[in-house]
Amino acid sequence: MTSLRWRKFVDRFWTLASAAGVLAALVPLASLLWLVVSHGAAGLSWTFFTNLPAPVGETGGGVGNGIVGTLLLVAIASVIALPVGIGAGVFLAEKGNGRAGELIRFVTEVLSGVPSIVIGIVAYGLVVARMKHFSALAGGLALALLMIPTLARSTEEFVRLVPGALREASLALGVPKWKTSLLVILRTAAGGIITAVLLAVARAAGETAPLLFTALNNQYWNLRADQPTASLTVQIFNYAISPYEDWHNKAWTAALVLLLLVGVLNLLARILSRNRMEGAR
Amino acid sequence: MTPAQEVATRIPHDAQKAAQGPVAPPKPAVAPPSPPVGGATAEREEPKLRISNLKAWYGSTLALKDVALVVPPRSVMAAIGPSGCGKSTFLRCLNRMHELIPGARAEGTLLLDGEDLLSRQVDPVLLRRRVGMVFQRPNPFPTMSVRDNVAAGLKLNGVRGSHDEVVERTLRQAALWDEVKDRLDESALGLSGGQQQRLCIARALAVQPEVLLMDEPASALDPIATAKVEDLIHELKQHYTIVIVTHNMQQAARVSDQTAFFYMGELVEVGPTEKMFTNPDKAQTNDYVTGKFG
Repeated sequence: MTSLRWRKFVDRFWTLASAAGVLAALVPLASLLWLVVSHGAAGLSWTFFTNLPAPVGETGGGVGNGIVGTLLLVAIASVIALPVGIGAGVFLAEKGNGRAGELIRFVTEVLSGVPSIVIGIVAYGLVVARMKHFSALAGGLALALLMIPTLARSTEEFVRLVPGALREASLALGVPKWKTSLLVILRTAAGGIITAVLLAVARAAGETAPLLFTALNNQYWNLRADQPTASLTVQIFNYAISPYEDWHNKAWTAALVLLLLVGVLNLLARILSRNRMEGAR
Repeated sequence: MTPAQEVATRIPHDAQKAAQGPVAPPKPAVAPPSPPVGGATAEREEPKLRISNLKAWYGSTLALKDVALVVPPRSVMAAIGPSGCGKSTFLRCLNRMHELIPGARAEGTLLLDGEDLLSRQVDPVLLRRRVGMVFQRPNPFPTMSVRDNVAAGLKLNGVRGSHDEVVERTLRQAALWDEVKDRLDESALGLSGGQQQRLCIARALAVQPEVLLMDEPASALDPIATAKVEDLIHELKQHYTIVIVTHNMQQAARVSDQTAFFYMGELVEVGPTEKMFTNPDKAQTNDYVTGKFG
């Protein structure tokens, strides 16, 4: 039997140890935020959001086309990835206990482990090599391939969280299985799935590697899926590797804009999921 | 046809039968092959449910062994017995919810108005609209309002239009209308447990079933809510045939016309409730209802 003082000491020790762990995890995050804000905030202005990039030597200019391009790429990726990812997730949760489920689960795991640059090569081979030029479609496809496995797995998790009693309630009313899955189960899991979608979108918006040789880049505005498109991330990459001081500063500011974009998406996910939870309570 | 209309059409039929007097012999076609059970009603009327040789498995485990019984229309049959005795399995065979469990299957004859429910021709989805079910724990749909919960069976099955009339009628039938009429558009989860359970009963009634299965409908409720549900069962049996599973023997005695005692997957005895609780034929039944085991 250990003494009370010893147990109190052990308790204190582990409390402090875990607090230190939290601190260690927060330091890099805080310093990263500080670095981006301190370097990038100076360049923030209205024109930075609305203007096209300025040529070397000229001051001013913005990343307006990059913001629009990122949104376009993410939209294309979502159109492809949402039906496939959510559909696969529902299948895994509802019918995924057999051979087919095992196989799909294994494939999604492998796919989520594939480096994003390799995904970019696949999109290059599938789209760019055939169309003979870079395009937003190729970039969107690459991002979609990145989103699908995470979407499928998180949809599966959220669908599995729906109590079996609700499924039984629906089936006992004489509702067919497919309608039960779509109108009762999916609807109940919708809050969680929306969160998963927004997180997947946020992650896709922050990717650079799969865009380098798919969407490439574009100095001008583009809203066409079959044309090369600018994106915030590739813009940051190009600015950062340039030899010009002005462009380095713009890279910092663009990074800040990207962080804000991703931050807003995350925040939105939080708010939506919290509202859902309260609605369900 | 609304249940009220159904009853209206049935009444002359019943009166005719009653006019024949209790001494009138049952038609040969109606004579039950299994030991006759139940009171005068069972002999006078064609049974709503006629079950024989019913066996149910979970994988290779035989959970229900050769059950045979008859439920007359507009009566309450209570299934009692210790945990794991097969009474819930029995209930879930009646609307073919049993077969939804992976590896589970059922065999035998299960006649609803003479139609074999276990035959391949019967679509379990359509069957479940005729045989409604209320579960042990209240399970309203969390994303739907009170109104939408009641109308869920109609809406999900694609019945269009306003369901307000059905909602009001079934909520009244479930003795819940006065408590929720001002909060029809609020979340169903805002209701108390007892109200939620009555809401689930209204939801089951909205599909206009002929038979209502209740799987320990009051076991998650407090005594006052339980009393309300039991009163409700008395009301509902004027229109519906009810099969109720219960752990609570006093409840079975209070609400049912007939009682079936299950033990270890077998139907030990079935008979009029009063007889089952005072003078059962089998010693095992007597031991159970007097609290010697279980």
